[in-house]
Amino acid sequence: MRITVRVWRQTGPSAPGRFETYVADRVSGEMSFLEMLDQINEELISDGDEPIAFDSDCREGICGSCGMMINGRAHGPLTATATCQLHMRHFRDGDEIVVEPWRASAFPVIKDLVVNRSSLDRIIEAGGYVSVNTGSAPDANLIPIPKDVADRAFDAAACIGCGACVAACPNGAAQLFTASKVAHLDMLPQGQAERYSRAADMVDVMEQYFGSCTNFAECEAACPKAISIDFIAMMNRDYLKAQFHIRRKRQV
Amino acid sequence: MSQPGASGDVLDGRIPRGPLHDKWDNHRFDIKLVNPANKRRFTIIVVGTGLAGASAAATLGELGYNVEAFTYHDSPRRAHSIAAQGGINAAKNYRSDGDSIWRLFYDTVKGGDYRSREANVYRLAQLSLEIIDQAVAQGVPFAREYGGLLDTRSFGGAQVSRTFYARGQTGQQLLLGCYQAMLRQVDAGTVRLHTRHEMLDVVVVDGRAVGVVVRDLLTGEITSHSAHAIVLATGGYSNSFFLSTNAVNSNATAIWRAHKKGALFANPCFTQIHPTCIPQSEEFQSKLTLMSESLRNDGRIWVPADPGDDRPPNQVPADERDYYLERMYPAFGNLVPRDVASRAAKRMIDQERGVGPLNNGVYLDFGDAIGRLGRDTIADRYGNLFQMYERITGDDPYQVPMRIYPAPHYTMGGLWVDYNLSTTVPGLYAIGEANFSDHGANRLGASALMQGLADGYFIIPTTIGDYLAPLLGEAPVPTDHPEFERSERAIRDQIDRFIALKGTRSAAWFHRELGRIVWEHCGMMRSRPGLEKGVAEIRGLRDEFRNDLRVLPQTSETLNQALERAGRVADFFELAELMCIDALHRDESAGGHFREEYQTENGEPQRRDDDFSYVAAWAFNRVGEWDLLKEDLTFEYVELKTRTYE
Repeated sequence: MRITVRVWRQTGPSAPGRFETYVADRVSGEMSFLEMLDQINEELISDGDEPIAFDSDCREGICGSCGMMINGRAHGPLTATATCQLHMRHFRDGDEIVVEPWRASAFPVIKDLVVNRSSLDRIIEAGGYVSVNTGSAPDANLIPIPKDVADRAFDAAACIGCGACVAACPNGAAQLFTASKVAHLDMLPQGQAERYSRAADMVDVMEQYFGSCTNFAECEAACPKAISIDFIAMMNRDYLKAQFHIRRKRQV
Repeated sequence: MSQPGASGDVLDGRIPRGPLHDKWDNHRFDIKLVNPANKRRFTIIVVGTGLAGASAAATLGELGYNVEAFTYHDSPRRAHSIAAQGGINAAKNYRSDGDSIWRLFYDTVKGGDYRSREANVYRLAQLSLEIIDQAVAQGVPFAREYGGLLDTRSFGGAQVSRTFYARGQTGQQLLLGCYQAMLRQVDAGTVRLHTRHEMLDVVVVDGRAVGVVVRDLLTGEITSHSAHAIVLATGGYSNSFFLSTNAVNSNATAIWRAHKKGALFANPCFTQIHPTCIPQSEEFQSKLTLMSESLRNDGRIWVPADPGDDRPPNQVPADERDYYLERMYPAFGNLVPRDVASRAAKRMIDQERGVGPLNNGVYLDFGDAIGRLGRDTIADRYGNLFQMYERITGDDPYQVPMRIYPAPHYTMGGLWVDYNLSTTVPGLYAIGEANFSDHGANRLGASALMQGLADGYFIIPTTIGDYLAPLLGEAPVPTDHPEFERSERAIRDQIDRFIALKGTRSAAWFHRELGRIVWEHCGMMRSRPGLEKGVAEIRGLRDEFRNDLRVLPQTSETLNQALERAGRVADFFELAELMCIDALHRDESAGGHFREEYQTENGEPQRRDDDFSYVAAWAFNRVGEWDLLKEDLTFEYVELKTRTYE
């Protein structure tokens, strides 16, 4: 296949960006989207041009490193698929594809398609954990957890932190990312002790960096792990309850 | 221990006193402690934040140490531990199927083909219980039975069901657990996290490791960091094969540069070939994707009985299929250990019975299991793996069997460490896949996650105190010490050299070519002539690399992924040669190291225990010149037997 790619090139965070057009003419359907970019980069280097910078690592859809807007959609045309798992058999010979970095003010461009997503880590630091020191855990089977609860917690925990939800959101909100973590821990008995402080602290930090959620649901459509926006409702409920809980705690 | 001397020296693993089951307890009593109030007076550098590194950083931080953690990722949550699918072993015996610490210990020593250290393996089996407890307390959503208790499944090399799992994303969930524990310490101020920083050298002063030199991948700035001790948790080196199941950025630079600063490199030829990967489909492929070994619980592996049979799988009648693992190894069947399953698949393909468009796979067939258990049960167990397979190949594994082929996956070799996980450079520790430690010549399924977490959560936080306690009151060596400056200069020189070369070929091109050589000559089967040829070819290509590399952009003061890669490939070139040299010297077959000259009449590997029951640890002189040191392996508790799974 012959594929034309229009790629956003930007040499640094404050440099102006522009689209450049490249042609990959030995593309096979078995190639992943990133392998097509690898091929373009090999040719750029042999022509003496600077290769396109993009993040990727595991290339099996789980590390969350990769991600780019492909024809205006986060991670491209397939649902529930990270860019590295998008294969070229889903494109046609002669296609022109527009490739851009995640678009969100919370994710400044570092270079070309590479953006800074460290604000997601700030949200986890605010309380996205169960406070348990190593070595102080009771036997694992001491607290039974019904299978449907564990499964549901897992559905939330499957988030890979790629940032597609933020990039797809017209408001640049990080509700789906934050909610997936809040819901995962809040559904489990282990997470109950810190349930309300977790929701309050994580949401407060989230709002320092990201836009507001106005229920577009674009995040769910873009999520490579198909995480449900139902978890956002769960987070909002806990956040609201937290206002009372925290006040009560302060009064004591 | 002191710096080892010339060739022929015997290494001391510093195994604690007492019977096997008391060694860890005795050791914890014997080693020196650091008083809780004094822990904050020590700084520890942790390099790498995967399972081993993040769990170590979190626990050291909880204990009160000052931790500086470095990762080249933009977030620690991206470490390649995240891609481990299948599960993690623990000798909980929740199923009452005869499991015990002793059995897990025994299976691991046997699975490793009797080339691991008994005391370490026993400790690993002991700690496996606490790992599961710790992970569950953190909220890791392991699979559950309907009654709410933890579910388990079986893995290769074991006849009990001891593998705990979280769908097909066990590594991800365990990593998120320790990532969160570490970020909790970041918030508490005990751990300082440096993302997008790559470690490029270990600094040694007066024989002790005193710091590291790192490069900021975004600005190119090179900085020195000093500490009382350094823990390397930087993973394995399977990417020396180029095509492997490792993440594309996984590399050997940290351990290799530590090796060049005096740390011995042990058993480099022990690389594990995983039997269930999706076969290569085209030339530009950048990596191989593993399908979890857990699939072998329900999938049956077969090839057509007749060579050259290229009918679609569903048209091959049952009596014209060869379920070769069930035929050859009736007791373990499709669950034989990884090295055994891998070699059997290679033999089938060498006999021209390979399947798929390139005839480079064997079938992993769920037809019977779907018929027996129903599609829903199979979807519940393996749904996300099936989906991943479908994404990559375009085939629906509910309808047609998967195709699989072996691929380089995990490296059992690594920096030599003693029982404390200390390398031969005092103050420098290696944990997780970065050390050679517990796996022997082969790794059983679901034991890598176990080792990473045992090292990080439980072992290093204890043993590092033994080194630190006598250093109380000593300040770290200042970073303006000439040794730091020398390291920084050497790194700058290498970068400048890469940029100034202005050759014609990219680092990626050299990496792919190197990988072909290593796979062909030091892959699933090795022979003396092949390995000798491999060494010669590696040297030849390395000379070209030194003269013909092209790095673009030609500056180091920006994000420059081609430059990062050049440094890593340069190290792979040197390591690959040592892998071949180690494989050449080991005149036996053991686990993942199969020398064609040493096999039984049935083609099973032939160990030579009288001559090779040792760890081969290599001391670096210069590239192409290493001294061999040996650590004798003594087996007091398990009898060395021919490994059989029939």
